[in-house]
Amino acid sequence: MAKQNTSQNTQKSTPQEAKQKQQKAYEAYVKEKTPVRKLGPDMIKAFITGGSICTIGQFILNYCDKLGLDKDISGGWSSMILVLLSVLLTGIGIYPKIADWGGAGALVPITGFANSVAAPAIEYKKEGHVFGIGCKIFTIAGPVILYGIFTSWLLGLIYWVGKCIGIV
Amino acid sequence: MDYINAFWVGGLVCALVQILLDRTKMMPGRVMVLLVVTGCILGFVHIFKPLQDFAGAGISVPLLGFGNTLWKGVKEAVDKEGFIGIFMGGFTASAVGISAALIFGYLASLVFEPKMKK
Amino acid sequence: MSMDKEKGAKDVPIGLGLGLAMNEKAMKHYSEETGGGSMNQTKGAQSISFGERPYLMSSGSVVGKKESEGPLGNKFDIASDDDLFGEDTWEAAEGTMQKLACMLALKKAGEQAENVRYLFGGDLLRQGVATSMGVEELQIPMFGLFGACSTSGEALALASMTVAAGYGDRILAVTSSHFASAEKEFRFPLGYANQRPASSSWTVTGSGAFLVGNQKSSVCISGVTIGKIVDYGLKDSQNMGACMAPAACDTIIRNLEDFGRKESDYDRIITGDLGYVGQSILFDLVRKKGKDIKENHMDCGMMIFDQKTQNTNAGGSGCGCAASTLSAHILPKLISGEWKRVLFVPTGALMSTVSYNEGESVPGIAHAIVLEHC
Repeated sequence: MAKQNTSQNTQKSTPQEAKQKQQKAYEAYVKEKTPVRKLGPDMIKAFITGGSICTIGQFILNYCDKLGLDKDISGGWSSMILVLLSVLLTGIGIYPKIADWGGAGALVPITGFANSVAAPAIEYKKEGHVFGIGCKIFTIAGPVILYGIFTSWLLGLIYWVGKCIGIV
Repeated sequence: MDYINAFWVGGLVCALVQILLDRTKMMPGRVMVLLVVTGCILGFVHIFKPLQDFAGAGISVPLLGFGNTLWKGVKEAVDKEGFIGIFMGGFTASAVGISAALIFGYLASLVFEPKMKK
Repeated sequence: MSMDKEKGAKDVPIGLGLGLAMNEKAMKHYSEETGGGSMNQTKGAQSISFGERPYLMSSGSVVGKKESEGPLGNKFDIASDDDLFGEDTWEAAEGTMQKLACMLALKKAGEQAENVRYLFGGDLLRQGVATSMGVEELQIPMFGLFGACSTSGEALALASMTVAAGYGDRILAVTSSHFASAEKEFRFPLGYANQRPASSSWTVTGSGAFLVGNQKSSVCISGVTIGKIVDYGLKDSQNMGACMAPAACDTIIRNLEDFGRKESDYDRIITGDLGYVGQSILFDLVRKKGKDIKENHMDCGMMIFDQKTQNTNAGGSGCGCAASTLSAHILPKLISGEWKRVLFVPTGALMSTVSYNEGESVPGIAHAIVLEHC
């Protein structure tokens, strides 16, 4: 069916165009009718939750600093401990409750990443260690690793080229 | 002082992401990817470090920090090893975070049972 | 109406390969020979009005913990504290719910599984495994169905058609859903920490089984309207009510037109799981077609949970939502005669995780069952 892009007010729209128009209209209508969460309280709760988790991280960093550890090593310890905490809280079923209240405050910190690895691991164990846990442990976090590695690789490539041609 | 900065900067990042969750149809997986990629880019354009000097964990604990860690690793590997460093640096630098999540996640699966949501 | 069929038979050759045409007399003779199914029971474009009405002889409802704490909590036959129902996996638990619901329905009618000719059953999971696992023990020849959350309507329609056509005296219709197995398949594993949008619904952990037969009881099925797939192009899997409302509207209007009825001819028009958002949209869509069902509409998803205290946002959903509510809450009112005629319209969203990820829209379908106090 040839697409007719000439002025539509002189031509009857094809059934496809009419359907698309109806669908767009319905989408707009549904958007109007669909309730949304109250942004204000959600933002405050996210602020409190995220801020608290970051403060715990800062505490770990300061403690490592006091022990005289290198900045990168301190970062490693902070990541490791926060991940461990998140996994434990996920296991006992508390982290989901924190996210239900704090939203992005639980998703954004590295604890959210850890939860997204622990949750499938726990859930899919019924399907076995290889095909359950093994295959599905990265079902939510996979994209983070893929696109994180890919982006750093791409930027690294640009950096390397820049170094080669002397602009970096 | 650094606790206060960590708290409010970290909180602010989360509050801004909350807007994405509440007002767009973005799913959590996509949001996490966005944060990592942004962190990478912020590192690349030299913005992340000054933010980190100011806010510490407030910017490094969010997944932005994970992205920056990836970038830093690649940069240092390129400086040290040249071209091959582009392939070495990412996973090396992020090893702690990913390994911890994988290992503790797996161990958790041996210990915990899935729980019905209330 | 029956004349149309025979008129057509005169014009169109039957027995394609042989090019034979049966004349009107031969056609009438042929259909009289076959007995029961001779009377044309079709009504309008998509409906059936049963000549000899099948009876909804009994039913069974089984639900999980959250449902037992809801407004209908004490009406369900079995409400378990253990959402695993003693099994190892959520899928097996869902199967067990179906088995229990079927056994309850049989017990209440004083029937044995051996006497049930066929079983129509389905669920939300891939390849309908909860149903297969659940009903296997009953050893009833079965038809596995998929209608998403409209499965209870689909199963009841097929069961009543089977009885009305004389293909069986006792037919079981069963369906189920389980929060954990559905979340795992369609959304996230249980432990995943996410915040649910305001339009999201809560998949009901529940099962409803219905024994349809030709032995007189207080509730009969006088007709059915089989729905078409209705796609308004929505791609939001977190707003099921909006995806399914057009299908509900289409089937309800079709039912009213096919049967030549007014909205008020039904004591209640009850949808399966449109929820708060879907109900509101349904009212608007129906009004656009010149009807108004605001006065007598109810929705199982809105009834099964308390929105204010149970954190269920738009309401309950899943095959088990409509099925368990029909059994526990709606049928008793039909049995007592409080309601004389009810239109039961469960709706389904025909999507898979693959279709959704591939950017396809989420179309809906709805089947209507006319239940009457007999």
